[in-house]
Amino acid sequence: MPPFLSSVVLLLLTVTSVGILLAHQWRWLVIFLAVQYVGVFLFALEHLPLGMATVKVIAGWMGAAILAMTRSYDDEAEKAGDFLPQGRFFRLTAAAIVGLIAFTAAPQVDALMGDAGAALAAGSLLLVGMGLLHLGMTDQPMRVTAGLMTVLAGFEVLYAAVENSVLVAALLAVITLGLALTGAYLMTAARLAEELSAEEKEEAEAA
Amino acid sequence: MNAPLIWIVFPAALALLLMLTQNKRLLSLSGGAVAAFLAIAAQFVPLEEAFRVGSMSIRIESSLNILGRQLIIQPSEGPLLALLYGATALWFFGAEASQSASKFVPLGFLITSLMIASIAVEPFLYAALFIEMVVLLSVPLVTSLYQPPGKGIIRFLIYQTLAMPFILLSGWLLAGVESSPGNLSLAAQSAAVLGLGFAFLLSIFPLYHWMPMLMEEAPPFAAGFLLWILPTVTLIFGAGFIDRYSWLRTSPELIVVLRYSGLIMLVTGGVWAAFQNHLGRIMAYGVVAETGFALLALSLDLRLGIPILFLLFPARALGLALWSLALTVLKPHADSLRYSQVRGALRQFPLAVTGIVLASLSVSGLPLLAGFPPRLALWDSLARVAPDAALWMGVGVVGLFTASFRMLAVMSMAEEYSGWELGENWLQGIMLGLGATGLFILGIFPQTVQYFLAALPSMFEHLGR
Repeated sequence: MPPFLSSVVLLLLTVTSVGILLAHQWRWLVIFLAVQYVGVFLFALEHLPLGMATVKVIAGWMGAAILAMTRSYDDEAEKAGDFLPQGRFFRLTAAAIVGLIAFTAAPQVDALMGDAGAALAAGSLLLVGMGLLHLGMTDQPMRVTAGLMTVLAGFEVLYAAVENSVLVAALLAVITLGLALTGAYLMTAARLAEELSAEEKEEAEAA
Repeated sequence: MNAPLIWIVFPAALALLLMLTQNKRLLSLSGGAVAAFLAIAAQFVPLEEAFRVGSMSIRIESSLNILGRQLIIQPSEGPLLALLYGATALWFFGAEASQSASKFVPLGFLITSLMIASIAVEPFLYAALFIEMVVLLSVPLVTSLYQPPGKGIIRFLIYQTLAMPFILLSGWLLAGVESSPGNLSLAAQSAAVLGLGFAFLLSIFPLYHWMPMLMEEAPPFAAGFLLWILPTVTLIFGAGFIDRYSWLRTSPELIVVLRYSGLIMLVTGGVWAAFQNHLGRIMAYGVVAETGFALLALSLDLRLGIPILFLLFPARALGLALWSLALTVLKPHADSLRYSQVRGALRQFPLAVTGIVLASLSVSGLPLLAGFPPRLALWDSLARVAPDAALWMGVGVVGLFTASFRMLAVMSMAEEYSGWELGENWLQGIMLGLGATGLFILGIFPQTVQYFLAALPSMFEHLGR
């Protein structure tokens, strides 16, 4: 991939991963997540055949769609206090620190991973770091799922450079979808627990 | 016919079929019977050898190709499969008594078959991918669709998912170390990545705090199953790493790391358990201590440590099954499993309380119970090579005993004139009685399991030889 295009993809991943961290509305979160997988696809294309790279983006989009469909049943605005700390400035600063670490460590990781490519290593570390930051800030099922998908997307970018097994690609796609489904299950559980009365819950459990 | 089809694909397909059934008794009995059949077949049916059934000659191949890679069940892995499916059968039969069979049996079958796949897959480090699938499947197992997800399950999902990238990356890095053994910095980096992966996967201190949280939130029987199968298979997977890489096997630092992590797990698990006021949390810390015992076994000379590790497994499976079944019997009758709510429970649920106390005493290593023989062997071997470590092991064991006797004291503190009742139904009574008897049999006659365990070390190329 030409260096200019690598930089564009890296910029795209920076925007989407920071966007996921800052987004208050679930729609924006899902849009950023879906666009993020385009960046993952472009980086994966450096080392994988088109078919295998496509599997990653399709799995990611399906995962994002699953989250969006589940969340659309409960369209209330996110409650204040659920996603701490609230300040966008704080989150932006934390994201900047993660970005700084990712870009600083990228050359060493690039060397360690068999010359995967500096931009690719930076993109991978950035996604992993942003995902971890996200996981450290929330325990909401949807955001936890998005955080884990971001971490795994970062890992997939790096791992594609050293492993091109079809089985691994298939299993990673299954795991991405499984994560989204698990997130959807937990989101549904949280919603039903709020909506149903105690008697209705007992009836449903018994059934 | 081939082995992965029989012990991986068939149970997974059966699990999907069982999801259509709502009859809990049928689910429990059929699931338990099939799991027991698979265990017996794994122990006695030879692989890669022709044998006759009536007029038919059958040969079971050991490998199955899947997307360019292989699932291989070696003939030497038969006893391990027997152990895993045998213990699974135990849990499935107990599921009827715990009234949790409807999703427990199908998901349990899927989880067990994926765990077997993680042992069978080649290259073996892909096991991390199968273990991650197990983690994802475990979420519906231990949560209800009608209860808000608690912090324990969220942390479980995060920590176990984070393990997978580390394990996969370490596998790639370790291959590099094998090809250039002189590169010390690469060896250190790969060992650090591998260590992090297993720290997440085995929930090494301080990454185990999801366990007590989960035991507070989740149905004890399902959570107990998860806390049995995940660490057991992960330990075998970890031993596989040590077996494959000679530099890791011969590294003196590995012994130190394993010994100190084992001691930290055991001491913190034991001491924390002693100060808990919730029966579920105490069981969780018991599981933490069990992992500590296993890590200590791996830190010994592996010719001795591997047989001790395998000797720990049956006691762990039976002890946890009994403990979690007994907690499941108590839970619907108390607002929570806190001491304040279960005080005097011995007079209403004598069998369940006996089960809890016996299982916790077995984990502590009380003589005559299943946990005693492996702990005695471990303590003896540890004292020969590291007396200070043996002393710390004693601290952990004292903590576990304290927790057990505190539980016994609280649950026997009934009102002075309250009478005795039998709150368990007949099936629960039978299952609890069988479990308790099993703990005594394994404790008094540990050689009964030697028939299965003796051949287990042969599944490794170098360890235990």
